[in-house]
Amino acid sequence: MTLLLSVRGMTRSFYGVQVLTGVDLDIVEGSITGLIGPNGAGKSTLFNVLSGLYPPDGGRVLLAGRDVTGARPAQLVKAGMVRSFQLARGFPKLSVFQHLILYGQAQPGEGLWAAITGSKVARQREEELSEEALAVARRLRLDHVIDNPITALSGGQKKLVEIGRALMAHPKLILLDEPMAGVNPTLTEEIAAHLLALNADGITICLIEHDMALIRRLCNPVIVMAEGRKLVEGGFDEVAENRDVQEAYLGRRH
Amino acid sequence: MLSYLLFTLTIGGIYAMLALSLNLIWGGVGMVNLGLAGFFAVGAYATAIVTGAGAPVIVGLGSALLAGVIVGLLVTYGTLRLRGDYLAIVTLGLAEVIRLIALNERWLTHGADGMSGIVAPLRSMVGSQAFNLGYLVFVSTVVILLWLLLRRLDHSPFGRAIKAVREDQELAAFAGKPVLRLKLQTFAVSAAVASLAGALYSHFQSYISPDHFQPLITIYIFLAVSAGGVGRPAGAVIGAYAVVAFLEGTRFVAELLPGVDPLQAAALREMLVGAALLLVLHLRPQGLLPERIQPARKT
Repeated sequence: MTLLLSVRGMTRSFYGVQVLTGVDLDIVEGSITGLIGPNGAGKSTLFNVLSGLYPPDGGRVLLAGRDVTGARPAQLVKAGMVRSFQLARGFPKLSVFQHLILYGQAQPGEGLWAAITGSKVARQREEELSEEALAVARRLRLDHVIDNPITALSGGQKKLVEIGRALMAHPKLILLDEPMAGVNPTLTEEIAAHLLALNADGITICLIEHDMALIRRLCNPVIVMAEGRKLVEGGFDEVAENRDVQEAYLGRRH
Repeated sequence: MLSYLLFTLTIGGIYAMLALSLNLIWGGVGMVNLGLAGFFAVGAYATAIVTGAGAPVIVGLGSALLAGVIVGLLVTYGTLRLRGDYLAIVTLGLAEVIRLIALNERWLTHGADGMSGIVAPLRSMVGSQAFNLGYLVFVSTVVILLWLLLRRLDHSPFGRAIKAVREDQELAAFAGKPVLRLKLQTFAVSAAVASLAGALYSHFQSYISPDHFQPLITIYIFLAVSAGGVGRPAGAVIGAYAVVAFLEGTRFVAELLPGVDPLQAAALREMLVGAALLLVLHLRPQGLLPERIQPARKT
């Protein structure tokens, strides 16, 4: 059991309000870790700090044994961690294909000089990435909308693109912020099946989700956050029976 | 009439270069550069000063490119935290600062008198008619080469990455793209292209003064790129020639109207330009040649 990500004592405040009050958690390589907790527990903020959107005020993050505390988003992607967003985000004027291939890493053709001279290495890499993007699109059944702008997709398809483009970066760890939010039950099943398949391929997944039936089915372990820190961790049933967790969700009995 | 036509087409070519420059920075990476006239001036003065000191024209053009790149990098570094309208305000101010420097640093730029006698290559040898024709061919060739170059960039992985920055720079960073490097490089290339346009203008006119670099030029180029299609180099080129044709056309239209004196005619032209911009934005907001999505290469 190796740790892929470990977070120690992470804090972060906004305008004097302490949102993360000292998070300690570990994500085991190969797991699907569920992150749950009542609204305002700090789950999304944790993702935002982990993915480099905001630097932490304090604490340390190790990714695959490397200290990545305060690293920038692009560096974290290179180190193997990719994230998705709660509200599917995209580049409005780019097509599905362009979204996918954009997430391909190590493309020398993104250098100015290589782009001008049209280097052979860049062309070969472009062909590799392009085949890979098409394969990902087929896998997620997005191939029929491959050339459509992202704005022309349904909400569910946008969620699939979020997962697909994360895959293109060959991550070790994907942070998914509510991948099933606002998606119909059929597509939820489809996304769940994709996540299980990706996990079987060796990708570690950490997801925030509010659909408890789904968390129960997909995730082990489940980490419960409340008031900016980890409350408990364990299997779903164990966590659900925990008194503190029930109080965090439902309020204290007086 | 022939020399008027040659003159108009040459100016059209120079506008086309400016439009390509704006299209790269605005249509490419999404930074609104209202300081285009400033970069135009930097290139024009750089070559005028260097060739005035006795350097050959090719060195003048080279120093214009270099000066453009340096000013471009300084501006990008200075405005890293600014986006959208704030960047627009700062760059607009920058162009005015450059114009005011040209106006006041008399030891370098001869102030309001302007710099005259800028070398017009080979003119004394071949005569002015042949020079005008030759210069038109030269400028048009440069436009075509720049267009090919920028189209190549547009279709490359680099072009895809800068368009991602244009659409959402935060998300581009989460896709692993080096946003800062992309912005710096794009601004530098765009500034170099605008400066090159200025240098070619300088050697064509043989005379430049701060009055040649009013912010109005920037507005004309924005009109050109909007009309042609933001985000597509071919659109920028077509838009620039269309704007020059329109500007020259209004000259004749305003003269045709009875009872309008030359001063009123000049004011009328400005109004027509404004009306044209409104019409374009209203009727065809995507421009004549809108940006296209490149289809996936199916294997």
